[in-house]
Parts: sequence; C-alpha cells; structure tokens
Amino acid sequence: MAPRVVAIIAGLALALLTLGPVAAVLARANGLAALGAGDYQAIRFTLWQAFLSAGTSVLLAVPLARALARQNFRGRGLLISLLGAPFILPVIVAILGLLAVFGQSGILNQLLGAIGLPKLDVYGLHGVVLAHVFFNLPLATRMLLQAWLAIPDERFRLAASLGLGRWAYFIVLEWPLVVRILPGAFAIIFVICLTSFAVALTLGGGPRATTVELAIYQAMRFDFDLGRAAALGLVQLALGLGAGVAALRVSLGQGFGIGRGRVVPRWDSRGRKALDTLVILAAAAFLLVPLGMVILRGLPGLPMLSGGTLQAALHSIGVALVSTALCLLWALPLATRRGELLSLCAISVSSLVLGTGLFLMLRPFVNPFVMALPVTALVNALMALPFALRILRPEAEALTQDFGRLRATLRMTPLAWFRLVYLPRLRRPLGFAAGLTAALAMGDLGVIALFADPDRTTLPLQVYRLMGSYQMKEAAGAALLLLMLSFALFWIFDRGGRANATS
Amino acid sequence: MKAFNLAAGTLVAGMFATASAAEAPVLTVYAPDYFVSEWGPGPKIEELFEARCECDLQFKPGDLLPRVLLEGDRTEADVVIGLNTDVTKKARESGLFGPHRQDLSTLTLPLDWTDDTFLPFNYGHTAFIYNTEKLAEAPASFDALLDAPDDLRLVIQDPRSSISGLALVLWVQSVYGDEAQAAWEKLAPKIVTVTRGWSESYGLFTDGEADMVLSYTTSPAYHIIAEEDLTKKAAIFPEGHYFMVELAAKLAGTDQPELADEFLSFILSTDFQSMIATGNWSIPAALDKSGWPEGFQQLDLPEKVLFYSEDEAAALRDEAIEAWRRALSQ
Repeated sequence: MAPRVVAIIAGLALALLTLGPVAAVLARANGLAALGAGDYQAIRFTLWQAFLSAGTSVLLAVPLARALARQNFRGRGLLISLLGAPFILPVIVAILGLLAVFGQSGILNQLLGAIGLPKLDVYGLHGVVLAHVFFNLPLATRMLLQAWLAIPDERFRLAASLGLGRWAYFIVLEWPLVVRILPGAFAIIFVICLTSFAVALTLGGGPRATTVELAIYQAMRFDFDLGRAAALGLVQLALGLGAGVAALRVSLGQGFGIGRGRVVPRWDSRGRKALDTLVILAAAAFLLVPLGMVILRGLPGLPMLSGGTLQAALHSIGVALVSTALCLLWALPLATRRGELLSLCAISVSSLVLGTGLFLMLRPFVNPFVMALPVTALVNALMALPFALRILRPEAEALTQDFGRLRATLRMTPLAWFRLVYLPRLRRPLGFAAGLTAALAMGDLGVIALFADPDRTTLPLQVYRLMGSYQMKEAAGAALLLLMLSFALFWIFDRGGRANATS
Repeated sequence: MKAFNLAAGTLVAGMFATASAAEAPVLTVYAPDYFVSEWGPGPKIEELFEARCECDLQFKPGDLLPRVLLEGDRTEADVVIGLNTDVTKKARESGLFGPHRQDLSTLTLPLDWTDDTFLPFNYGHTAFIYNTEKLAEAPASFDALLDAPDDLRLVIQDPRSSISGLALVLWVQSVYGDEAQAAWEKLAPKIVTVTRGWSESYGLFTDGEADMVLSYTTSPAYHIIAEEDLTKKAAIFPEGHYFMVELAAKLAGTDQPELADEFLSFILSTDFQSMIATGNWSIPAALDKSGWPEGFQQLDLPEKVLFYSEDEAAALRDEAIEAWRRALSQ
C-alpha cells in the first residue's frame, strides 16, 4: 500500500539521520570510552533538572490552557501567539533577557529592593527550572489548548444540559484530555531539557549544574575524545528513548469523537473569571516581561544593523521556509506512535554529536562548507519534527478514529481522503506546527559550527559573531531582528491555520 | 509554495555560486568563527594579503582544530590561524603541522618564544575588567580579590568549555599552587555565575549583572578606541597575569607551500602587525610599543607574566579544573 511505503521511507530517513551520525562518530572513535565519576554526576543532574523542568511546565500549563480555553477577551489571539515567543529565542539572548528580569540587578530585585525586601538569588537548580519553564510552558500550554479547542462543542452543551458540577465536569471532560496530552508534552519537554547546556550552566550558577551536553562539548571540542563523546551521546539517546517509551505508554485515551466543528461561546466561563484572569496575567507577566527586556535591549542596536546582518537574516528566512516544508512533508506520514518515538530519539542526540557525525558522513562525498545551508535546513527540520508530530498526531489519530468508518463505507481513495478530510480537518494543527518549525529553524544554531560558510551565515550565528567581536549593541539589535522575524513567520503560519476559526 | 520555491532556488543558486573557479591560486585558511565577521580581523587580513600575493585567500570559519583533526591529512587547509596554547600539544602530536621557518627575533612578546611550529601573531593576558563608575576601588592584588567582601560580584567562564576559563584556572594554579582549591573556595561566594563562553560573560557585565568580568587586559582598548569610553579598566595584580597568545601554523601537507610561507611571513610584517591591534583587539606580537595605536599605549599592563609550557599545562590541567569544580560545587 502506497501510504505505508511513504511512511517506511520517512521513518528510515529519520533513523539514518539520527543513528547514522552517532555510528559515524563511534566508528571514527575506535570504540567507546568509559565514563568517569564526574560523568555520572552530570547524568544525575541532567535527569533531575529535566524531570523538574518538564513536570513544572506541564503542571502549570493545565490552569493556563484552561483559562485561555474558556475565557474570551480582546487580544486573546495575539496573547496566545505572543506566548509562543520565548520558545523561539536564541539561547544566549534568552539568558540575557531572563537575567535582566530575575538577575541580581534585574527588575525583580530592584522592585524588591525598593520596598525593602531582601534580594532573591536566581542562580541554582531553581534558576535552571525557571528558565526551562520560561521556554517550555508556552509549548505545553499550546499543546493542551489545541486539544481543548478540538473538543466538539456538542460535548460542552451536553455537559451543560446535564448540569454537571465542577468535579464531574473535570472528570468527564478535562481529565481525559489532560491524560491524553500531558504525557507526550512532558516527554518532549523532558527530552529538550536533557540536551540543555548554556542555560543550565548559567542559571545553575556554576559547575553544580553540569549537564551531559556540557561533558560532550568538553570531550569533543577540548579533549577531542570522540570515544567519550560517543559514549555520552549514547547515554543521552537512551535517556530520551526511555522517556519517550514511558510517556507514550502512559498516554492512552482517545479523542472526544466527532462534532460539527463550530465554535460557540463557552458556558463554563462564568464564575471563573477572577481566577482565570489572575492565571493569565501571572503567566503573561512571567513570559512577556523578559521578552520586553530583549526588545528594550535590542532597540538601540536596530539602526546599527549592517548589510552583513541583513544578508544573514535573508539566509535564515530561506533556511526556515525550506525546513518548514521538509518538516511537514516528513511529519504527515510519520504521525503515528512509532514515528513519534523515533523523532524523540532524534532530538535527544546531542547537536555536537549530530554535527560531527554528519560531517564525517558527508565529507567523502561533498565539501561541507558548500553544504552549510542545506545541512542546516535539514537538521532544523529534523529537530522540529517531534514538535510537529506532537501537535499533529493526537488530532490525526482522532481523525482516523472518527472518520475511518465513513472512509471505508465510501471507499475513499487515499488521495481523496487526504484532500477532503485529512488536510482540511488538520488545518489548525498544521498551521501551528508549521509556525513552530519555521520559528525554530530561524533561531536554531544546530550543527553550523563544523559547516560554517564564510559567505552565507545565518542570523543566530551572526549574533554570536557580533558578541564575539565586542559588538554587544548590534548583537542585541540583531537578536531583536531575529525575534521579530521568527515571530512573524510563526504568526503567519499559525494564523493561516486558524483562518476559519474565531479563536 | 511560491515562497518555498524561491527559498529553495536561492539555496541552490548559492551552492553553485562558489563553484565558479578563480584563476589565481587559492590559499585556504581555517579560522575561528568570529574572525570572518565584518567586525573581526578576517576581512582586513584578506585585503592586505591579497594586495601583495596575487592569490585568492579564502577563510573557512568554524571549529578550528576539531575540524582539522577530523579531516586528518585530507584537510583542505593550507594554514590555520587563531589557535590557542591549550591545543598546541594535541595539534603538534597529530603530526599534521609543519615548521613555520620564520625568524622569531622580531617578536616583542613579554616572554621568550622559540616554538618552530606555532607562530604568535597577537597576545593579551587574563584580567578582571571593571567599570570605574560602578566600582570605585578595584582589588589591587589577587590576594585582595580573594579577601574582598562577598558582595563583589564576579562572572567567569567555564574552564571546560572556554579558553579564557581554562586560562583562569591555570592563572589561579600558577599563583596559588597547592593552595589553589582554598583560593577558589574564597572566590566562590563572589562568583555570580559561570558561563559557557566569553560572550555571555561580557554581555552580563555590560548589562550590569556583575561588577567584574573575566576577560583580557586588552578589553579596555576596545572601549577607549571604538567607544571613547574610559571607564572600563583591567585590575592589575602584582602576582602576575596569565599569558594568552594566538597562533598560526602551516599544514605539513599543504599544496601551496610557498603561499603558506608567504602568509606566515606576512603575519610578522608591519602591515599585519599594525592592523591586528584594532582588528582583533589584542596586542601585536611583533611590534614595539611605540607602534601600537594610542588606545593600546594607555592600557594598564602587568609587569609579571605567568605562563605554563604546553607540557606543564597538560600535566596540571585536570587537577586545576578539579580544584575549581570542587570549590564551586560546595
């Protein structure tokens, strides 16, 4: 059957790109090196911070997504879009933005000082979790919100006419949704946090916050110990795989069945307004004030932007669009449990191992310098794949479940099914997935260190180059440009997906 | 879809653009990433060298030594520029680099340099930089820094991921020897945080998150010359400062040996040396102080310079990093 063949090819390509580089590094290293005591400590810290970060993100996402789902207010659409912005910031920019708010001389401590309260110290495990929640809370919220909005309005009306109390309402409508979405969201955030390095180190305040990725960096770049890098890379892969298997096993339950797809005012928003408003305001402040600081820091640098930076911006947009197309083409046939598991492995591979492996694989055939932008586009598509799948899969599976019998009765061809049912019904998640991929591909530095092209740099790389040459102001301006462009791409795709809905 | 085609077209067109062959012989130079930005020294080096060589100098930026080691004797590089002393041992042992054959008598380094493979082109020293408007009195010695009140906020770089971070632990090791861990324990409460690289640290310092940042004695020159800002100063310690030098080397298997030699001798020429101070914000390795730009002549520089040979550094490195890690993990 044709669709099955497409799925197998997509899966094989993914496996080749994930496991191939690890194998290439291993082959070059002449075997694995043993791990030291420091490495085990790094593994313990990595697991613990990833667990806390992912847990906190998904738990906080529940009230926030609920508030956003049932309250309608002016600017809600914009706020939902804006909440996606932290996720797409380049790490170095996000760190400076977060510390401008939560740091020793940040806004928060200045406010506390003004009213005579002692300073808060952000550096430590709590700082690591705070930063990771800043990045990932919006992601978890959007995933939940997506599912919330997909509940057919008939269910709400039935619940209303049955006069369900709060508790019964929670058990019947909200709990199944939480159980269906949260484990997957937890898994993907857990895996992203597994590969954290600069954020964990800086917000963690020093070597206490040593992660596996830092150890890989040290092995690869400083000691040139490929055996140790490969061993640590495999550990990271195993942790990601374990998290994926566990989460996808827990994540049972099904969708809420079919409805007519209308959007009607929610009856359950009454009486919760005060609480929901509080939740939304708190989340908006937590996520948007650091973003505001990034904007404030960047404004003076905007007029300084040079031709090189604008050129880099164009390259980044090109890379982002190619990545988005690749990622969606890849995601559609892989929107199954197995496909998602495979894609989680892909992002748990350290980008350093991935970059080095790809370099070793490509080197005999092509000049890696020439391949800089195509490789970046491909790797960015790969890195965005699990996010796209996490967004698409629940809806895609619900669709098959809800309309599969109809499809069989009508003997629809795969193409007709795809065109008439699949794509139109998946419009909203597809738009969100495309927006997220485009934005991620704008911001991601990926594997470019070994594939740098002197004439065609990307915007994130330009930010690092500027900072490395003392150009802190222009770097902040370039970072703001990056943020605006990422956000614009995200907004265009996401809005495109929501064009026919009022929410 | 149209946008996608356009972007894909740009990528493909871009890929073929580099294929157009240049007639002149090509000298391929691997350099660190920051070198090639319009603010780095790369473009000026290219301009100056191409004016005298009738060749095409092409910089290939990225991870310098890891890349050469991965490529082995099939590397495209003819010359590498921008190596630090932390990797010379690994680079030498690879056997991939050949002798530079340059006359070292014109060097003006603060110490003797007799290496026949790695050629210095600029240098500086580790130093803590502060803002005179925010910190009226900086510690006058390393001891004073250790004994400073704990509300003095420092930001440093991780020795496991950054060259300047590694130079700092070697600095502490050479000043305090067996007492290095005790020194780190005194320093620990003052360290706000540790960053992955120099850029994050310096960004935090300019944002006001820290009072002092681990950087180089030459950093104030950037502020003096490019920003006319005299408030950034290096705290100079009588115990001495760790020497940081940047190096170039020729690949033994280069297919352009004459051009490579010409490039190495160009590095020591007055043209290159008088450009590199403001090109790379470091002190020229072969130029008398009188030839330095005005802003560099104003710099506070240490009288005593500390440096470990690559073998000493290799022997001490793990122990020095471990002392740092233990003290800061408590």
